[in-house]
Amino acid sequence: MAKFKHPQILTCSDLITGEVMFLQKDDWSRDHRRAYVANTEEDAAALLARGMADFAKNRVIDVYLVDIAISADGHPEPIHYREKIRTLGPTMRLDLGKQAESTFAGDI
Amino acid sequence: MNIAVTPPVDKPGSNQRPAMYYYDHFDRDYVQERVSQFRGQVERRLTGELSEEEFRPHRLMNGLYLQLHAYMLRIAIPYGTLSSTQMRQLAVIADKWDKGYGHFTTRQNIQFNWPQLKDVPDILQALADVEMHAIQTSGNCIRNVTADHFAGAAADEIEDPRPTAELIRQWSTNHPEYCYLPRKFKVAVTGASADRAAVLLHDIGLRIVKNAAGEIGYLVIAGGGLGRTPMVGKIVRDFVPRDDLLAYLAAILSVYNRYGRRDNKYKARIKILVHETGLEEFKAEVEAEYAALDRSGTNADPAELARIAAYFAPPAFEAVDASALETQKTAHPDFARFVDTNISAHKADGYAIVTASIKPYGGVPGDVTSAQMRLLADVADQYSHHEMRISHEQNVIFPHVKQSDLFAVWQMLKRDDLATANAGLITDIIACPGLDYCALATARSIPIAQEISKLFADEARQKLIGKLGIKISGCINACGHHHIAAIGILGLEKSGKESYQITLGGDPTFTASIGERLGPGLDAEEVPHVIDNLVNIYLEHRVGDELFIDTYRRVGQAPFKPALEREVEDGSDI
Repeated sequence: MAKFKHPQILTCSDLITGEVMFLQKDDWSRDHRRAYVANTEEDAAALLARGMADFAKNRVIDVYLVDIAISADGHPEPIHYREKIRTLGPTMRLDLGKQAESTFAGDI
Repeated sequence: MNIAVTPPVDKPGSNQRPAMYYYDHFDRDYVQERVSQFRGQVERRLTGELSEEEFRPHRLMNGLYLQLHAYMLRIAIPYGTLSSTQMRQLAVIADKWDKGYGHFTTRQNIQFNWPQLKDVPDILQALADVEMHAIQTSGNCIRNVTADHFAGAAADEIEDPRPTAELIRQWSTNHPEYCYLPRKFKVAVTGASADRAAVLLHDIGLRIVKNAAGEIGYLVIAGGGLGRTPMVGKIVRDFVPRDDLLAYLAAILSVYNRYGRRDNKYKARIKILVHETGLEEFKAEVEAEYAALDRSGTNADPAELARIAAYFAPPAFEAVDASALETQKTAHPDFARFVDTNISAHKADGYAIVTASIKPYGGVPGDVTSAQMRLLADVADQYSHHEMRISHEQNVIFPHVKQSDLFAVWQMLKRDDLATANAGLITDIIACPGLDYCALATARSIPIAQEISKLFADEARQKLIGKLGIKISGCINACGHHHIAAIGILGLEKSGKESYQITLGGDPTFTASIGERLGPGLDAEEVPHVIDNLVNIYLEHRVGDELFIDTYRRVGQAPFKPALEREVEDGSDI
């Protein structure tokens, strides 16, 4: 496992729809801002284990941890541009993906 | 795929149907069986009977990938040939199961970016209903065979390459020896004197040629490819008789299957085998295999190739009175520009090949809405014998248009932004989906293409620059063919940021060459400005109407180096 450098959230793709999801305390959310933030390596390992349990139950696929920083408004935001794009949608089609919904906002 | 002889319902060459291959009962049964199989596999996956590890190979073998935001379905368009009926069905799929659009790829395929797993069996059924599928659009097998997008229409053609491509498609589909090759395998065929299929950049490239006796056969090239180790293919045989083609291909594939590296996926393509083995030794291995083969048991019956070729019989061309064309051009300068750039010479008097541009200024290269798909199908029905081609340059071609109909075609295409007069020009940019969609990408491609397109949108300047290809890939896998562009752009990651390398001097034709890196990587916002500098340097050094590649080969890279350093003349330095 890569060295723990930043707080992390857990992401996956929904098995049925392929939609990008983020693990909250108890269940998955489409909104990364609601994701549970792991602040320690142990916490991140436990988070990953919870996600992998849902992988084993055939609910989700492609489960992995994402490094984040806490934004000014107190929400987790991915540090890497790839993961930022993944939380929003195609950067040249703002009418597509999560960014197209009024409850989502963000800047790549 | 073994084909039972079933004559087409309509006579080949009839104007009532497109000149393309039609499924017989074997094809239909096979594709239908695959749809049913996959439906069952999806059901078992959704109930948990199949794990992801078990299911993943099945979905990939049916063209279904997991991408950045969603699943992506890649659908085969054999050698880029598509009927109006098929295009309309793609529009139905886009509207019913996706988000109203699709993306034409550099392998003449189409991709849908948002399908849901639960819907994919229904999508595959909708495809099967119009004789389409997504088989072998992924995996280490022989992928969709590509061909000259002007096939059967080009004035410079010895022979239509599509019967050969179709023969290879049938032979290689589900072939037990070729389902698990060391790596994916791409074949391209051309029958023309100008290479529009990039045959030197494929695992196997075939050029239809005539020998001294006037017999038709194939010049066979192997070991070309792009990706992380780009290589120009090598000629392994100058002439393979037509009837021996499959045996010769089988010999190459046997050598590849035996010696191709399976221990390292980055060294598994045939180009590495040819390179590491050495051309002469590789040729000797192939010739030995070829000599030992039971050719009669491998080659297709010539009657079978003739049967396939009959499907591609050209439509009955008519006498055309195109006397109004010049008047129309004079009256409509926009139309005149379209004719100058988007029309190519046809083999039949009075006819033309029309390129509908899927590169509107500032648009997404290769993306078409469902409404545009329906409009393209309407144009094909009314003016091009119900047929289209998807080019590896991500445009749509109408192969057989009467010159007297060009004005009407242009007017129709204009209705939905499909008539941009830029085919082959600097804004006709090839771009892979990049990091806006692709899980493998390291940087975005499309926004770079959009910014360059906007920068060069002035048509007078484009005309001054002339033919110049820009190709953009969002990672080292090179789906955007950046290595073979006059100006190539490769998006990478550097220190957590997108970084773009520029390459110069690539050439996809019979004089193929791999582009050379110009210098260190650039930030995204610097790229359009540097491209502008490169173009200006080219114009300074160009002699006459010399193409960029010819200027580059004559003067070398040194004069272009300052393009990376020049400041924009915005007055900030005075």
